Amino acid sequence: MPELIAKSALEGRSLTLGGVTLAEVDVGPITSIALLPGGAKAVAKGLKPLGLSMPEPNSFAEKKGARIVWTGRDQAFLTGADCPDMEGAAVTDQSDGWAVLALSGAAAVDVLARWVPVDVRLAAFPVGRALRTQLNHMNVILLRSGDYAFEIMVFRSMARTAWHELEAATHMVAARAGVKI
Amino acid sequence: MRLTCPLCGERDRREFYYYGAEDYLHRPSEGAPLAEWDSYLHLRDNPAGVTKDLWYHEAGCSQWLLVTRNTVTHEISSVEMVAGRKA
Repeated sequence: MPELIAKSALEGRSLTLGGVTLAEVDVGPITSIALLPGGAKAVAKGLKPLGLSMPEPNSFAEKKGARIVWTGRDQAFLTGADCPDMEGAAVTDQSDGWAVLALSGAAAVDVLARWVPVDVRLAAFPVGRALRTQLNHMNVILLRSGDYAFEIMVFRSMARTAWHELEAATHMVAARAGVKI
Repeated sequence: MRLTCPLCGERDRREFYYYGAEDYLHRPSEGAPLAEWDSYLHLRDNPAGVTKDLWYHEAGCSQWLLVTRNTVTHEISSVEMVAGRKA
């Protein structure tokens, strides 16, 4: 079998403007774990070797480079590690279906606020939280990875649009900051 | 308008899709008389006051929600998940 080279949606592009950095990041494999009825125990056992467990709603957890993100009722995405064999869940590889953008900097919160209809300020959306929401009209998974850092998981087919929207908002926020009142 | 999703918390109306009256949760059993099917498919109340309807959190957790709200005061008194609910 020929060796195929995986390509990311945006070829790892990045942009820094007005103290905000937007970059495509590679989070490694992405696996959806959707609990089957009564499968919670088996899944807890399956995730044990990674030191992770199914996350509470609106949260994510990390351990040694592996991350588990809540993505819905009885569903989570495991990223950054191969998924161990497990019973009790429908496990599907989603690696090729998503693009992940990292947005960081002091004004990152202002950039997001232009597109996301939830309060993303630190007090309302602290580190370790993960939300399913919208970026303009695109469904995204939004993670608070640091005080001034977010990660945005978006459908790969919408990666360029998401980039465009965030780039435009970054320009607007930077331009606004440059205007002396 | 904001709905408090039992999983996601308080969210903007634009994240939700409106489906229709709660009646859709009460599908007649097989062999039910035609009148019941007629009622299930076509007949809807239009109350001035408390009403229950189905909303879908399409930009969030993808759950169907049963929302109790007041059409006069616009008060939303409860939002429950349809999944796992006792019929």
